[in-house]
Amino acid sequence: MLRKIRLTLAIVFFACITLLFLDFTGTVHAWLGWMARIQFLPSVLALNVGVVVFLVVLTLVFGRVYCSVICPMGVMQDVISWLGGRSKKRRYRFSYSPEKRWLRYGVLAVFVVALVAGIGSLVALLAPYSSYGRIAQNLFAPLYGWGNNVLAYLAERADSYAFYETSVWMKSLPTFLIAAATLVIIAVLAWRGGRTYCNTICPVGTVLSFLSRFSLLRVRIDTEKCNSCSLCSRQCKAACIDFKNHRIDYSRCVACMDCIDACRHHAISYTIKPPQTPPEGGASKTKSSPSGGVEGAGAGVSGARASSRRTFLAVSGMALTAATLKAQEMKVDGGLAVIEEKKIPHRQTPIVPAGAQGVNHFYQHCTACQLCVSVCPNEVLRPSTGLQTLMQPEMSYERGYCRPECTKCADVCPAGAIKPLTTADKSATQIGHAVWVRANCVPLTDGVDCGNCARHCPTGAIQMIPSDPDRPDAPKIPAIDTERCIGCGACENLCPARPFSAIYVEGHERHRVI
Amino acid sequence: MDAKKKDISRRDFLKIVGISTAATAGLAGCGPKGTGASAHDAQGDVPTGKMTLRTNPKTGENVSLLGYGCMRWPTLPAPEKGGNVIDQDAVNELIDYAMAHGVNYYDTSPVYVQGWSERSTGIALKRHPRDKFFVATKLSNFSNYTRENSIAMYRRSFEELQVDYIDYYLLHSVGNGGSDTFRARYVDNGMIDFLMKEREAGRIRNLGFSYHGSKETFDEVLAMHETVHWDFVQIQLNYLDWRYGASSKNVNADYLYGELEKRHIPAVIMEPLLGGRLSKVPEHIVTRLKQRAPEASVASWAFRFAGTFPGVLTVLSGMTYMEHLQDNLRTYSPLVPITDEEFDFLQQTADLMKQYPTIPCNDCQYCMPCPYGIDIPAILLHYNKCVNEGNLPTTSATADYRQARRAFLVGYDRSVPRLRQASHCIGCRQCVEHCPQSIDIPAELHRIDHYVEQLKQETL
Repeated sequence: MLRKIRLTLAIVFFACITLLFLDFTGTVHAWLGWMARIQFLPSVLALNVGVVVFLVVLTLVFGRVYCSVICPMGVMQDVISWLGGRSKKRRYRFSYSPEKRWLRYGVLAVFVVALVAGIGSLVALLAPYSSYGRIAQNLFAPLYGWGNNVLAYLAERADSYAFYETSVWMKSLPTFLIAAATLVIIAVLAWRGGRTYCNTICPVGTVLSFLSRFSLLRVRIDTEKCNSCSLCSRQCKAACIDFKNHRIDYSRCVACMDCIDACRHHAISYTIKPPQTPPEGGASKTKSSPSGGVEGAGAGVSGARASSRRTFLAVSGMALTAATLKAQEMKVDGGLAVIEEKKIPHRQTPIVPAGAQGVNHFYQHCTACQLCVSVCPNEVLRPSTGLQTLMQPEMSYERGYCRPECTKCADVCPAGAIKPLTTADKSATQIGHAVWVRANCVPLTDGVDCGNCARHCPTGAIQMIPSDPDRPDAPKIPAIDTERCIGCGACENLCPARPFSAIYVEGHERHRVI
Repeated sequence: MDAKKKDISRRDFLKIVGISTAATAGLAGCGPKGTGASAHDAQGDVPTGKMTLRTNPKTGENVSLLGYGCMRWPTLPAPEKGGNVIDQDAVNELIDYAMAHGVNYYDTSPVYVQGWSERSTGIALKRHPRDKFFVATKLSNFSNYTRENSIAMYRRSFEELQVDYIDYYLLHSVGNGGSDTFRARYVDNGMIDFLMKEREAGRIRNLGFSYHGSKETFDEVLAMHETVHWDFVQIQLNYLDWRYGASSKNVNADYLYGELEKRHIPAVIMEPLLGGRLSKVPEHIVTRLKQRAPEASVASWAFRFAGTFPGVLTVLSGMTYMEHLQDNLRTYSPLVPITDEEFDFLQQTADLMKQYPTIPCNDCQYCMPCPYGIDIPAILLHYNKCVNEGNLPTTSATADYRQARRAFLVGYDRSVPRLRQASHCIGCRQCVEHCPQSIDIPAELHRIDHYVEQLKQETL
């Protein structure tokens, strides 16, 4: 019964949180957004005291139910582990193994140092919610998007407007590769060893394990009834039941209740602890076990990613060249001119969304869960490629711009990295300012009238002035009033110059309110 | 007399109709569709050998009332080797079918379908005896007015069409850009004299021009009839343009036709259907037309209107699909001329349609390719579609605002990729001079873009 309750809740949480990452329309967030907000690391970073206290109390009462119900990464591993144990041969594949404290605490120490030092990329690499978000956004969301596009295709033929097409694109290759690697490593660990990740690497699991050792309710073995058949131990995906000594390592038990159902003698129950001192978990000093070896391999893979990241950075950060779109010769009727893709200009300071308050605040609080990237309808947010902030989002305007009616990223951010704000607040927040590049400006290069930047500036910060002050009929060029510019990128996105726009946005380190 | 005849009055029209009705009464019978309908097959076979024919007064040749416009050939998803974008198999099939059902006039141009129409039309026609069809093509020297380029373009048409004479040769889109452009394109470079010599030599059988533009330029070019002797003139005529000229700058069709009638110059009709705008009409117009003739297509009204005028040699239709060809063949095999009462009915229909603020784009693609990648016709057609379907909310207070907003915005992204939408129009105005309907394209695009912004930001 307890197991069924746990399973039901876990499936509901897992499905809903996954949906948060898949839903590109941003509508389910109004209903389910709280599920992202009660995730442990985001609530800590958001200094959301209420949620943190709730999770602490929850763990002190029920043990690590957070890990088996609320954490999507935990549930995903359970799913994989369940698939891995479907065959009869592999059903009882687990066995007790002692806790590897040096690894757990080592990783936790590294994590805390990274958190304090603001190395967001390392934090995102280790944190469970970030890892799951990365996987969902990079690997599951494209499938969902394509599925939606099939429906949109059919809807279009049925003259229905129920579905509309969404674009599926590679937002960041390094992040995609890291997500794929994360999924492979976690899947292998879960397939073979159940909750290996949770009990050796996961920093949230380690923190909660401090509390779960003292939890009120916990799984207990009745030594009177137990005949040491080892069934419980062989079905324990956390490898925490030492059946020979009738001991359970509560620091690793995720309160999944599998053992209760497994025991044929009703020797295991989930009860309030008796007054005597809690049984000590299997403390041991051991060499690295097979699972530890796998973890070592995982670290090696991410190391390799880091170096490929660096080359990627070098390639994408190429110097701004004065290439412009050559207007195609008007030859014959019909046909469409080829549109060259825009390239990302080199920005001194990254652009982060209004509500982030500034670059430092943003990157200190962001868990890189990719939720905002998932919901951005204008294809502006994408994981950054900078080493320090790898996978944490940044903005760029090649595919769209930060539209005035949208505050979706602020609405969904669970970690307080992007604080909620109204559209009015947003249009009064300077997240950056526009910079004009004379060499690319179409009136000067193509000799035609333009003014598309001025026409679309939502704050009226751009006016068109003659390029030659002595000739009022000279080609008109944009003049930017940076005091009024909010850095939304309408000008950069709608500039006809390609591949590099003649006007681009430079981020502000600290956002200003006008 | 001449002054009175400037626009044809209802009484004159009645006379015309009376004559042509009498002429065709023997053939037509009384039924709306004439032949072969049964309980199993509502429409019956497409009639063969019943096409209404008109006689060219100069040559005495019989031209089918339905002419094939080669501006809208079906295209391939990706160009074939060599770059041709046209689906040649489909063209062959369409032309074979048209030939078999009596269509003998084929109108193309060196610039149609991204410049591939002449070649594909030539390939398909080459498979038929030369004396079974008339081919029309044009001097489309829009971007380069020089004599050398113009003569080269003329000579290339013979190669592309694989013919040694051209039945009907036109100065393409006279009136666009006014009389200065006309003189630059055809008079100052001596091309008119050149083409008249070619006509004497027999390489051109009939010389004429196609017209889009103001009354003044039309009068000026028509005044040259004394010296040039225009064998035919191609004009835009349909029941909407009869009194509501294509736009404020263009002239009404009743004037154009009346002037040709006075001089006994045969008229070739283009845009009888306004690029589909007279078949894709608002719902209540469909109801109105269907109530009068439930079995007749909406388009057939437009073709009957254009074909009824006796001075019309042929009515061109750019038929992309077999179904369109079949529908038009039915309408003209033979033509049942519209009555005086139907004429009034169509004029009232035009009054009703005029209340809809559609943009007079006929999807001719002359404005394309936009050098900055905008898909101009697709944007204008989407806008018109929304106008006709009532998905153009003017205020958020209306009950169906949300549904109309979604239809407009979702449909916009479907019809036009974001990078080719109106927001990317920089207003360079390179398209403006190419539009035969004199649409101020950048102004319309900026207006639509502004409207889209209002919908997106919900500030209506």
